Amino acid sequence: MLSFILRRLGTMALTMLCLTLVVFFLINLNPNLKKLAISQTEMHTSAEQLEDWLVNHGYRQNFFVRYGQWLGVLPKQPIIDPATGKPAQRFSFCNDPVEPKFSGVLQGDFGCSTKFKTTVAAKLFPALGATGLLMFWVLAVMVPISLLIGILAGMREGSRTDRTLSVASIASTATPEYVSGVIFTVIFASWLGWLNGSAASASQGLTFYNFTLPVMTLAIYGIGYIARMTRASMVEVMTQQYIRTARLKGLSFGSVVVKHALRNALIAPFTVIMLQFPWLLTGVVIVEVMFRYQGFGYTLVEAAGNNDIDLLLGCSLVSVFIVLITQLISDVGYAFLNPRIRVQ
Amino acid sequence: MQIEYISGFDVIIGVLGRFWPVWIALVLMIGVSFAFKKKLGLYGQLFDSGVGIAGVGICLFWLFTAIFASTISPFDPLAQVSIMKDALPGAIEPTSKLIYYFGGDKLARDVFSRMVYGSQIVLIIAPAATGFALMVGITLGLPAGYYGGKIDTLLSFLANLVLAFPVILLFYLLVTPGIMDTPIPYAMAGLFFLFPIIFFSVLFWTRFKNRPDRLYILLGLTLVIGGWIYAGLVFDADPLKIVHIDPNQLNIFVAVVFASSPGVFRIVRGLTMDIKTRDYVAAAQTRGESPWYIMLWEILPNARGPLIVDACLRIGYTTILLGTLGYFGLGLAPESPDWGTAIKDASRLLRSFIHPALPPTIALMSFVLGLNLLADSLREQSMKD
Repeated sequence: MLSFILRRLGTMALTMLCLTLVVFFLINLNPNLKKLAISQTEMHTSAEQLEDWLVNHGYRQNFFVRYGQWLGVLPKQPIIDPATGKPAQRFSFCNDPVEPKFSGVLQGDFGCSTKFKTTVAAKLFPALGATGLLMFWVLAVMVPISLLIGILAGMREGSRTDRTLSVASIASTATPEYVSGVIFTVIFASWLGWLNGSAASASQGLTFYNFTLPVMTLAIYGIGYIARMTRASMVEVMTQQYIRTARLKGLSFGSVVVKHALRNALIAPFTVIMLQFPWLLTGVVIVEVMFRYQGFGYTLVEAAGNNDIDLLLGCSLVSVFIVLITQLISDVGYAFLNPRIRVQ
Repeated sequence: MQIEYISGFDVIIGVLGRFWPVWIALVLMIGVSFAFKKKLGLYGQLFDSGVGIAGVGICLFWLFTAIFASTISPFDPLAQVSIMKDALPGAIEPTSKLIYYFGGDKLARDVFSRMVYGSQIVLIIAPAATGFALMVGITLGLPAGYYGGKIDTLLSFLANLVLAFPVILLFYLLVTPGIMDTPIPYAMAGLFFLFPIIFFSVLFWTRFKNRPDRLYILLGLTLVIGGWIYAGLVFDADPLKIVHIDPNQLNIFVAVVFASSPGVFRIVRGLTMDIKTRDYVAAAQTRGESPWYIMLWEILPNARGPLIVDACLRIGYTTILLGTLGYFGLGLAPESPDWGTAIKDASRLLRSFIHPALPPTIALMSFVLGLNLLADSLREQSMKD
């Protein structure tokens, strides 16, 4: 088991290395650098001045050197101020070193956000905290509801409850966040006026009034999917021999479901819930933009829109890490929950 | 000038009336399907359950809407009639006396016509992109599952790489105005669009190797048609100027194919690994058939059930992806009538006007719902066999 986890961690590190290299390459394409230079300099600068700015800020160094610097395996060089000829900080707003120094992701330095004029760490981690809060509430709503729907539907396959709940779950998987968000806002904010259509004030304090709509919108897309997986797993368990034995012994239907079926039926949904995280990540971006909630997704969109290189790299690193770690947890957890699976 | 309105009831009647070509086509199509149900195989079996009929009905409805879009919609989706800015549903346009059934949006365009034309964009890109993703996934998934070993390790690693990208990040990196200045989208298009040609060439080659008369015709057709479309799509150099794709749309297309082919790859690989242990595969191996013949003519036909179901779900998912792209204003032109862009525009103004937001949301939702219902009932029917 331990060697399995270690090997998986090794693959994970390799994957992250490849992915960050790809992201680094795509962000540093020439048109993107030009866009960055334009947004960072004054209006109406000539093409030569833009080029100067890029050279001065070290964006024209060799690609692999820069990637190494970002990663922390090559020393970051300070820039030479053309006016004084002395080494200077690259960006004054985030304490870049003035002497060559190893300072990359491996050392815990995520770089400098050009859009927010601060270090990436100062921007990214509070945003992650805010998104963590959102995720917590989404899971707290989504998991119990979807498991309940799935178990109720799968308990008696083909019954009227099953058909109704199945169609409802299919409908919910057909409703992406930007659709359900709009519909919920129309119903609950514009029409009934019960809830706030914007979660911008949620950064100061969460209330039922400003936080329900984002949570609801995010949860609804996942509920259908998890419920369907739970249903499939429940249906399979209910046809097993030991369930029939328990029924023939004279146990009541309710107690068979709760005591015998549930435990085995919940193994598959666990994996599905863990694998939902990557999907939730996309949903988070949509919902945070839609409801103006200052979290990870909002930061990602801002970073991408303004070509904020270091911030976007930080965001990619975090999201790729989340995807890979949830895959790992789901595999390991599955092996733990299901003794029939033995990891070689 | 005062705008006149028709009543809510008239709006409903009017909208139903505008869809008349769709109703006629639907009735014909479903009538024919019912009449020949027994002979239509899996498609005919769909009409045995309510869910199946609903799924087929909704999908066909949007298909016919896309085909007859120019007849159904009273206005040009891009035309702006300034007096109709933010007009409520049922407003009568003063000069032509035609009606803005679902009102006007903030740029005074007809919401109804935009919704109808939006279906064209979705129904062209989503199935086509899914088709290409299937080709790529099948062509790579079959050898990975069949041979295993190093090929499998390498391809699976690459697939997992792409799958580890959150979709939204992938799109923010791949679908930007800047990337169109670089050769990357064209290189990717050149790579992806090669797969269907390879697929069909190998398909015919393995089957008709010993029958040159059939082989040369089929291979020639594949290469001519494939090469023609390839030249048109990748290099925009179609000599007849029929096959043409907008650079923006090419970018979206490539990004969507890139994002969804690893999923197909995984499914095909899994199915292949399962099916290659069957007796008929062993029989073919004993007969001395070539590996590619076994993959394409023994394994693939037996994997079609799950693949068809997956393709249905995947078209729905691609529709959602296209909506996401539109919602973030990536790739598609800002005035494009597709549903995602319309939702984005409308959702910013929800506080003042809700009517431009509802038609595109409901359209998108119903189309994806139709595809999901279709997939669900296909799965049920194919399990019965």
